[in-house]
Amino acid sequence: MRIEGKGLIDRARPVRFRFDGVSYGGFEGDTVASALLANGVRLMGRSFKYHRPRGVLTAGSEEPNALMEIGTGAARTPNVRATMQEIYQGLEARSQNRVGPLHRDLLSINDLFPGALSAGFYYKTFMWPRAFWEKLYEPVIRRAAGLGALSGQPDPGRYEKAFAHCDLLVIGAGPTGLMAALTAARAGADVILADENARLGGRLLSETEEIDGRPAMQWVADMLDLLRDTGNVRIMARTTITGAYDGGTYGALERVGQHRPETPDLPLECFWRIHARQAVLAAGALERPLAFPMNDRPGIMLAGAVRTYLNRYGVAPGRDITLFACNDDAHRTALDLIEAGIRVAAVIDSRADATAQGDYRLLAGAQVIHSKGRRALREITVRHKGMQDTILTDCLAMSGGWNPSVHLTCHMNARPVWDDRIKGFVPAPGAVPGLTPAGACAGIYATHACLASGVEAAKTALKALGKSAPRVAVPAASDQTGAVQALWYVEGKGRAWLDFANDVTTKDIRLAARENFRSVEHMKRYTTQGMAPDQGKNSNIAALALLADTTGRGIAETGTTTYRPPYVPVSISAMAAGAGGKGFAPERFTTSHAATVAREAPMIEAELWYRPGYFPARGETTWRQSCDREVAMVRDAVGICDVSTLGKIDIQGPDAAAFLDFVYTNTFSTLKPGRVRYGLMLREDGHVMDDGTTARLSDTHFVMTTTTAAAGQVMTHLDFVHQALRPDLDVRFISVTEHWAQFAIAGPRSRDLLNSLLDTPIDGESWPFMACGPVSVHGVAGRLFRISFSGEHAYEIAVPARYGDALFRDLVARAETLGGGPYGMEALNVLRIEKGFITHAEIHGRVTAFDIGMERMISPGKDCIGKTAAMRAGLTGPEREQLVGLKPVGTVKQLTSGAHLFEPDAEPVRVNDLGYVTSVCFSPTLGTYLGLGFLKNGRARHGETVKHVDHLRGVETLCEVCDPVFFDAEGARVRG
Amino acid sequence: MARLIAKSAASGLLPIRIGTVTLTEETPAAITALMPFAGKPRALSVALKAAHGVAFPGPNRSSAKGGTRVCWSGLDQAFLIGDPAQADLADHAALVDQTDAWAVLHLEGEDAAEVLARLTPISLSRDSFKRGHAARSLLGHMTALIIRTGAQGFTILIFRSMAATATHELDVAMRGVAARAALQPPP
Repeated sequence: MRIEGKGLIDRARPVRFRFDGVSYGGFEGDTVASALLANGVRLMGRSFKYHRPRGVLTAGSEEPNALMEIGTGAARTPNVRATMQEIYQGLEARSQNRVGPLHRDLLSINDLFPGALSAGFYYKTFMWPRAFWEKLYEPVIRRAAGLGALSGQPDPGRYEKAFAHCDLLVIGAGPTGLMAALTAARAGADVILADENARLGGRLLSETEEIDGRPAMQWVADMLDLLRDTGNVRIMARTTITGAYDGGTYGALERVGQHRPETPDLPLECFWRIHARQAVLAAGALERPLAFPMNDRPGIMLAGAVRTYLNRYGVAPGRDITLFACNDDAHRTALDLIEAGIRVAAVIDSRADATAQGDYRLLAGAQVIHSKGRRALREITVRHKGMQDTILTDCLAMSGGWNPSVHLTCHMNARPVWDDRIKGFVPAPGAVPGLTPAGACAGIYATHACLASGVEAAKTALKALGKSAPRVAVPAASDQTGAVQALWYVEGKGRAWLDFANDVTTKDIRLAARENFRSVEHMKRYTTQGMAPDQGKNSNIAALALLADTTGRGIAETGTTTYRPPYVPVSISAMAAGAGGKGFAPERFTTSHAATVAREAPMIEAELWYRPGYFPARGETTWRQSCDREVAMVRDAVGICDVSTLGKIDIQGPDAAAFLDFVYTNTFSTLKPGRVRYGLMLREDGHVMDDGTTARLSDTHFVMTTTTAAAGQVMTHLDFVHQALRPDLDVRFISVTEHWAQFAIAGPRSRDLLNSLLDTPIDGESWPFMACGPVSVHGVAGRLFRISFSGEHAYEIAVPARYGDALFRDLVARAETLGGGPYGMEALNVLRIEKGFITHAEIHGRVTAFDIGMERMISPGKDCIGKTAAMRAGLTGPEREQLVGLKPVGTVKQLTSGAHLFEPDAEPVRVNDLGYVTSVCFSPTLGTYLGLGFLKNGRARHGETVKHVDHLRGVETLCEVCDPVFFDAEGARVRG
Repeated sequence: MARLIAKSAASGLLPIRIGTVTLTEETPAAITALMPFAGKPRALSVALKAAHGVAFPGPNRSSAKGGTRVCWSGLDQAFLIGDPAQADLADHAALVDQTDAWAVLHLEGEDAAEVLARLTPISLSRDSFKRGHAARSLLGHMTALIIRTGAQGFTILIFRSMAATATHELDVAMRGVAARAALQPPP
């Protein structure tokens, strides 16, 4: 029911929305909860376990009951709190966790057997038969007990992530936060003021009090003007600070587009990472429900929430309202209701000495002990002076006092401290470095004290920031806090709910204690109290107070469970914003990418790079056809391959050669300018890190190449070696991978091709194998290296990347004229396996130079990284698995990488394992499968037969062990 | 003689204009890494000043003269962006051509900093990241060199191979910021 003339809703802007298919009207500024209450809808959901009818309990983000699905189809979002979701034209909300319509949920049958579903029920009941748990019990239980459902489709909504920085982050924009922000902003600090509500003002929007002689709501509006005038405050409304992390970093979730009709490009939410030099926590406090029997009916809600609906939204949540409280503060509810012309049937106060603050019927020393009403509250039973009374009421406002919102102060593992004065936990001093709690979250409740506390907290922060504090007058306001008596639960017949969201009652807590789950952490896990989406915001303190009573300990001794981020549920979509699909990692494209894709080459990923698998020719239907053709093309004519993805590092300086001698196992100081040498690099633990060729361009200038996979690792390694191990060496280096487009030209006709485009032709005498030097290509200065990864007469030519696209197309056209063409990674792999060249399939991080037959490359005449470690016992010798070649010799001709090796007559089980296969291919050159692998004492076993067993693919092949170089062992072709 | 056709790193991807922000590609004539040898930073700085009118920058700083900027880019390293480095600088430093290694993007406009704040963790406030300041940081998942060139302008160097991803991510960020700006200010 709407109350005329009250609330901050915009009555000039009516909004229509739907709930469970029924159209309702509300106003701009309404939440789904306030608009439904205004329409007399009290039943908004079903409880988790018992499927009991539930209505709204709160008016904030802590809401445990009114969780809804918002939106339709793939875009729907489950478990949205109706108390936070603002309505907009066309909004679709649906209740959840029900079978059939909300008012006749078929699963409400669970409610008839409450004893069956008490704490620990699953643990005790579904023990056996064991197989039934996963196959039967769990799926059925999951279906029955739950929350909203995902659509099962990718979320089409847009989400965003962003960073923000400030001198001072003020968390919460109630009276405390507003004063803190103004104080800091006037001192010239760069301030972010964040509040999870659509409107700033906190509780002041919900109360009828005065500040500085004005209505509080007016004071808030004036303060916001003052804050904007400073030019130093960034106001972030609808932004919940979700976590406090190391180094002054805070997580925050902003609702950007969730409160409006779909807008193109507008994110629904933004997940912020805010770096703040200082922070003031002004998070306020959350009201405690009272655990009396049957306290969960729609219509029973928190007293503070009733005032919020009345004063902020202009909604009376009932016609005959009752109040049940244990503190003076809650009596304001009755006064506000009466002022608005709503009937207050009775105020029930558990304190015998409670006095009425206005003209209403007060039952002091009384308790509510029961309630009735099938789908919504109809009547309550009150125990008063030994008598029982029944009072007809459609809304009961309850208040068990307030809990300071200490959550963020606990995110770095501090525990809050019990304060008996306010009967609540307050933040531990210094809980989060740089964060000062102020106002209600620090246990300071009176409005005037909150205003002063905000100023003081800002001054603390300003001092830490090295800024002088301005004079800020604390405005006049109420200094009333009122008395409070601890009342956690009411004895009586029937279930009394503590955790509404997870259906945990006082009986469950007592059962846990009885079964010796006495630690608060054990109790939580046994009963699931506090493990629902509200994270126990409504129930933690009352549950541990009951546990304390039951176990005969004090509340302080019992302690709290661990508060962890996030403060409110954060959608995975927001945290993963931009990372869906290809956003997962950057794509690196070579300069030949467009030309390659135009030839319909399927691309494979090599680290972040995209490289062609093969180039299908007309009529080819399988990759093998293309691959075999490309291999033959390189062996017989000439092939072109983009090798720009290999790491290239430019190394210069007087000590460049000495530096290379130190990082490579072999010697580079003896390499002549104009020549290239193959090098092997070890890690400090003596295992192989990477290999590649390094060219000496001049006495003091080298270009190192690394594998594609280890380019970053090698660069990092060189930086470490230079900065930490050999700062004495005068050497400078930088990656030039991206500057050069580099292409392999491989095959017997490679020189013919090159000479058709080089401005000055080359010959075999001036450009022998392993020569390098500058060349001019169509007038462009490039570099030529006569190196080969195929075993053929081959070159690699490099030009600045801007010319890469043009040169690749030119090279391919010329190669085709000579009977060749482009080749991809499949053919490249076959060519190198035929030659026994290794890649990171072989040097995978667990092999030594000895294992790959290169121990003689560790030069005896100098030291190098990994040399000493490589000599350790166990890293050499016949027990090591050594690199070998494998050729099928039996009836089965297939080899698979990943297969393991055994003696031919041995059972293929782990204890008989002799090694494994790392790379295989079908060699069109030799007409057989070839494999590279590691075999125990393999170099001594050439000519012997072993059994290759692939348990996964079910392949068993007899192989001959041989030298890993299968083709042109004497290397005649490469010298061409 | 035949000529090879040159293509810039972001060829075909830019410019983009969304809301108040434009993203364009810069194509400096040269980018040269300057890495002074041991004991040579001062001599390099003097030679650099004589040759190009700019001194070797301190960490996280850059300076510009005419169309040429020298920008810190790492330990003992700066990029000379614009004119090709004069050969005599090689007496004091390793000079390495980096011209084609980078996509040089320029983000300009009222909301440029807001756009960049979607992708980079560094503070872009005018007090802490002033004109001429430079930082090696992240743009999304990509490493970048970011320079503030004006009150509303940033030059961003990204690996050439990542130009498409960088452009895409900036485009998404620009759309999001523009869509927010189009909303009415909160009450």
